[in-house]
Amino acid sequence: MAEIKKFMYLNRRAPYGTIYAWESLEVVLIGAAFDQEVSLMFVDDGVYQIVKGSDTSESDMKNFMPTYRTLGDYGVRHMFVDQASLDARGLTKDDLIQVEWEDWETEEEIDNIVEAVDSQRFKELMSQSDVVFSF
Amino acid sequence: MADLYTVNKSPFEKNSLEAVINLSGDGASILLIEDGVYGAAKGTEIEKLISGAEGKSFYVLRSDLKARGIAEDRVISGIELVDYAGFVDLVEKTDKVQAWL
Repeated sequence: MAEIKKFMYLNRRAPYGTIYAWESLEVVLIGAAFDQEVSLMFVDDGVYQIVKGSDTSESDMKNFMPTYRTLGDYGVRHMFVDQASLDARGLTKDDLIQVEWEDWETEEEIDNIVEAVDSQRFKELMSQSDVVFSF
Repeated sequence: MADLYTVNKSPFEKNSLEAVINLSGDGASILLIEDGVYGAAKGTEIEKLISGAEGKSFYVLRSDLKARGIAEDRVISGIELVDYAGFVDLVEKTDKVQAWL
């Protein structure tokens, strides 16, 4: 069996104005087919990707927020959010979606894999990753 | 009537909003659309760009706010929410439109 690598998806763009957030999500979903340890990081305007309450009914755009909530089912184990980026935007963790995770074999459950981190932890997480995909 | 300026970039990523506020003429109307609507939220570190601006009228497109999950009660006071028809009214009553990207 191949070695398990730590994949990190780094998201720094707001969700709807450009295609970056959607493309990142597509790659995460495709990557779920491979057995790797997958984490997502949201920093700068990327934190807007997981703000709850999105309603695109008047915008003629696809609302892809519900897809983020299913990421736990696609093998994503961690969703980290940069606390300083939240602070700068007047946001708190209460403004963000919650994402559940369950291991189907061991039935281990985690209510919410979204976690705010400070810049020190951010640096550690990035350096511990084997592969970083930047969007 | 002065010009209408549209801003469609996030103020955290580009300086389009700041530049428009500094360089637009007296009585300018500034409409935030697409990712520009992030500038309309209260409690951010760039809130003062708009709350401290004088002699300008600010508008924000409601459908883009909603898509981005920004509740109307979190919009900086003094910014007027408009729908697409309101956007058209602004275009009609101003001299011309300048899109700042």
